[in-house]
Amino acid sequence: MLYREAGQFKTSYVADQAMFPIVQDRWFLAVLLVVAFVVVPFVADEYWLQAVLIPFLVFCMAAIGLNLLIGYAGQLSLGTGAFMAVGAYSTYKLMTGFPDLNIIVVFVIAGFITAAVGLVFGIPSLRIKGFYLAVATLAAQFFLSWMFNKVPWFYNFNPSGTIISPPREVFGIMVTGPEATAEVRYLVALTLVAVFALAAKNIVRSRIGRSWMAIRDMDIAAEIIGFRPMQTKLTVFAVSSFYCGVAGAMLLCLYLGSAETEAFDINVSFQVLFMVIIGGLGSMLGSFLGAAFITLVPILLTNTPHLVGVDMATDTQKHLEVMIFGSLIVYFLIVEPRGFARLWQIAKEKLRIWPFPH
Amino acid sequence: MTGDERSNGNVLLDVNNVSLSFGGVKALENVSFDVREREIRAIIGPNGAGKSSMLNVINGFYHPQDGEITYKGKTRKQMRTHEAAAQGIARTFQNIALFKGMTTLDNIMTGRNLKMRVNLFLQALHIGPARREELEHRAFAERIIDFLEIQAIRKTPVGRLPYGLQKRVELGRALAAEPDLLLLDEPMAGMNSEEKEDMCRFILDVNSEFGTTIVLIEHDMGVVMDISDRVVVLDYGCKIADGSPDEVRANRQVIDAYLGIAHD
Amino acid sequence: MELLNAVFVAPFADMWEFPAFFVEVVISGLLTGVMYSLVALGFVLIFKASGVFNFSQGVMVLFAALTLVGLMEKGVPIWIALILTMLVMIALAFAVERVMLRPLVNQDPIILFMATIGLTFFLEGFGETLWGSNVKRLDLGIPNDSFEIHGVLLNEFDLFAAAIGAVLVLGLAIFFHKTPVGRALRAVADDHQAAMSVGIPLKTIWIIVWSVAGMVAMVAGIMWGAKSGVQFSLSLIALKALPVLILGGFTSVPGAIIGGLIIGVGEKVAEIYWGPLVGGAIENWFAYVLALAFLLFRPQGLFGEKIIERV
Repeated sequence: MLYREAGQFKTSYVADQAMFPIVQDRWFLAVLLVVAFVVVPFVADEYWLQAVLIPFLVFCMAAIGLNLLIGYAGQLSLGTGAFMAVGAYSTYKLMTGFPDLNIIVVFVIAGFITAAVGLVFGIPSLRIKGFYLAVATLAAQFFLSWMFNKVPWFYNFNPSGTIISPPREVFGIMVTGPEATAEVRYLVALTLVAVFALAAKNIVRSRIGRSWMAIRDMDIAAEIIGFRPMQTKLTVFAVSSFYCGVAGAMLLCLYLGSAETEAFDINVSFQVLFMVIIGGLGSMLGSFLGAAFITLVPILLTNTPHLVGVDMATDTQKHLEVMIFGSLIVYFLIVEPRGFARLWQIAKEKLRIWPFPH
Repeated sequence: MTGDERSNGNVLLDVNNVSLSFGGVKALENVSFDVREREIRAIIGPNGAGKSSMLNVINGFYHPQDGEITYKGKTRKQMRTHEAAAQGIARTFQNIALFKGMTTLDNIMTGRNLKMRVNLFLQALHIGPARREELEHRAFAERIIDFLEIQAIRKTPVGRLPYGLQKRVELGRALAAEPDLLLLDEPMAGMNSEEKEDMCRFILDVNSEFGTTIVLIEHDMGVVMDISDRVVVLDYGCKIADGSPDEVRANRQVIDAYLGIAHD
Repeated sequence: MELLNAVFVAPFADMWEFPAFFVEVVISGLLTGVMYSLVALGFVLIFKASGVFNFSQGVMVLFAALTLVGLMEKGVPIWIALILTMLVMIALAFAVERVMLRPLVNQDPIILFMATIGLTFFLEGFGETLWGSNVKRLDLGIPNDSFEIHGVLLNEFDLFAAAIGAVLVLGLAIFFHKTPVGRALRAVADDHQAAMSVGIPLKTIWIIVWSVAGMVAMVAGIMWGAKSGVQFSLSLIALKALPVLILGGFTSVPGAIIGGLIIGVGEKVAEIYWGPLVGGAIENWFAYVLALAFLLFRPQGLFGEKIIERV
C-alpha cells in the first residue's frame, strides 16, 4: 500500500529510463543523501567515522569494481587486493613525485594506471574461463604483492617498507595526512563514491553494460550476434580495475594514512569477493549492502562481548569471530544465494501489496 | 511478389561445395546451394543431417575444411562471426540462446549493439550523444516489440518466460539487427499450433515488409510447404534434393530418407 | 649484459658444475611436490564427485593435524589418536553434507565455492578454539636422519613421506577405477541427475567422498606437520594446490600428481637458482605464473577434459 507504483505511468522513453522510476524510491534516495552528506558529519563521532563509515566507503568502491567484473561480466577474479595495491602505490608515487598535483586528479590518474594494469592481467580471460581464470588472477595477486614488497622504488626506498600518505589540501581544507579530520575525509570519500557509483550505474544500463551481461550469460551467442569478446572483456577489466585502484588510493589516503603490502593481500581479495556475493552479484545496491555487512560484522563481533558484559581472552575472541564469520557466510549463502539485494527486492514486493498477503 | 518472382532475384548467398568434419565425423559433405534475395529458403532433413551445422558455417561459428561461401558478392573460404553480423546476417538458435539474466527489452537492445557507437565516457555520464543514441535505439526496439506483440513482457527477465515467448524474443533480437539475411533454426520447435501460426505470420511479415531473406530449418512439413519458396534437403551431411516444395515432396530419395530406408 | 648472463647463463652453469646439489634441489622439490599432490588430490576427489571446488581442503589438512596432535598431547596413544582423528574427519564429512551441501545442491558453482570459503573460516576458528593456536610438534617416531648416495644428500623422513604419498595416490587411483564405489563416484561427477536415476545415492556418495578427502587431508597434515610443525600456515597450502590443479586439470587424479611434482620442482629450482637475483621469495608467486603460462597454451590443463562449446 505504501509502495505502489499504481498511477505512476511513464509517457516517454526518457521517463521510463530514469534511474529511479518510482517516486517513492526517489524520495528515499534524496533523504538518504541528505542524511549522509549533512546529518552524519555532525552526529557521528570519531570512532564511527574512522572505524566504520570511512572503511565502508572505501570498500563500497572496491565492491562496485569487483561487482562489475564478476556480477555483470561474469569474469571471476581473486586479484582485487593487488589492484587496490596498484592504486595505492601509484597514488603514493604520484603524490611524492608531483607534490603540486591536486589530490583528486592524483586519484583519477592512479585509477587509470590501475586500469592499464588490469587490462594486462585481464588478457588471460580471452582464453580462460571460470575457476581457471580465478587462479590466473591469483597470479596477479601474488606477483604484484611480492613486487610491491621487494622493489624498493615503490616505497621510495623507505627502510620500513611502509608508504605514508603525505598531507594534501583541497580548497584550503586538509584532506589527507594527520591534520585532516575524520569528517572531512568522510565527506571526500562519500563524494567520490557517490560520483563513481552514479557513473557505474549509467555504464551498466548502457550498451557497454549490456555487452558485459551478454558475454556473461552466453558468450558464444554474444559473439555470433557481433559482440567482440576481446574488447568487451578487456574493457570490463580496465573499468573494474579503475574502481579498485581508486579504492586503494582511498584506503591509503582517506582511511589508514599509511599502508604496507599486508593491507592488500589475498584476504582483502576474499573480503571484497564476499561483499559482492553476499550483497548480490549484478546489483549496484548489492555492492553497498555487501560492503556494509562485511565491514560491520567484525566490528559487531568484536564489541558484542563488551556490550553483553562477557569477558574473553582476545585470542579466543578472535577465533570465535572467525568461526562466526564463516558460519554467517555459509548461512546467508544458503538463505539467499542471490544476496541481500535479492532479499531487498523481495521485501519491496511485499511492501507493494502489504497489508494483503498476495 | 509471388514465390516464383522471389526465387528469380539476385543470389544473396551461395554455398559452394562446403565440407565440414569434426575429428572423424563428417557433418557436411560437398553441399552446394544458393539463396536468392527476398526468398524464404527451407533446409530440411532427418535429425543429425547437418542442418544446424550448415547455419553455423554460414554464420562463421564453424569453419569448413573445404568449399567457399559467397555472400553479397564476396567469396571467402570461411566466414568470421563478427563479419557475418556486421554484414547483416542474424540468427536464432535451436536451443534458445537468449541472455537469461536480462529483460526482454535489454535482449532486443543487444541486437542493436552493432549500430551503437558512443564511447564509454559519454555512456558513464549518460548525457548528450549517449542519451540520444540510447533513446533512438530504444524507439527502434519498441517498434519490434510492437511488431511481435510482446509489449506485456518487455521488462520481464527472459529466463522466466515460457518457451514459446522466449522464441519470439529471440526472433526480436535477431530482427533488431535489421538483417539482410535471417537464419532461423527450428523457430517453431516445441510450439502448439496457435503459436506456430503466429510465428509463421511473423516470418511472412518480416519477409514481405522488410524484404528480409530468410533461411529456415524446420521439421514441421506443413509449415515448410506453406511458407517456403524453395527447399534444400540434407541427409547425413549430403544434399539430396533442391527445388520447390512440391518438387521436393515428390522426390523419392527424400521420402526414403525420412522413412529411414538405407541407401547404397 | 650482466643481467642477461645472470638470468640465462649462470644458473645453468651452476647446475652443470654442481650436479649433486642440483639433484638435491630437484629431489627436495619433488618431495614438496608430493605434498602438494596430496592436497590437490583431495580437491580433485571432491570436485570430481560433487562438482564442488572445496577451498577448505587446506584447512582440513590443518584441522586434521590439529586434532591428531591435540589428542596426542592429551596422552592418547598414537594409533588410537589416528583412528579418532579419522572418525572426526568422517563426522565432519557428515556435517558438511547435511548443513552445507544439501541446502545448496542446485546452486551455481561459485556459490558453493564461496560456501567452502566460509567453511574454511569456520574450521580455522573452530580448530584454533579447540586446540589453541601455538605451533605444535608432531612426533611420529619416524627417523629423520640424512644419508648420502653418490654425493646427493637425502633425508629418511622425506623419503618415507614420499613413499606414503605414492602409496596413497596409487590406492586412490585403483579405488576410482577398479571398484564399484569408484565407478559410482565417477558417474556422479559426470551427471548428478543421471546418477540418481540409476539409483546411486547422491547423499552417501558425497559423504564417502568428503570422508576420503578428509583422510587424504589427514595424511597430508601428518606428513607436513611432522616435518615443519602443525601451524596455521598449513592452511595456506590450499592456495598452492590451485596452480597444481590448473596444471593437472581439475578432474584428473594423474594430473594432480604430475602437476604437483612439476610445481614442486619448478618452484624449488626457481627459488634456488633465480631467487637471489630478485631478492628471493619467488616461491610466493612462481607456481601461479607457471600455471598461468600453461593455461594460455592449454586452457584445460595437462589432463583436463577439453571443453567443447556447442550452440
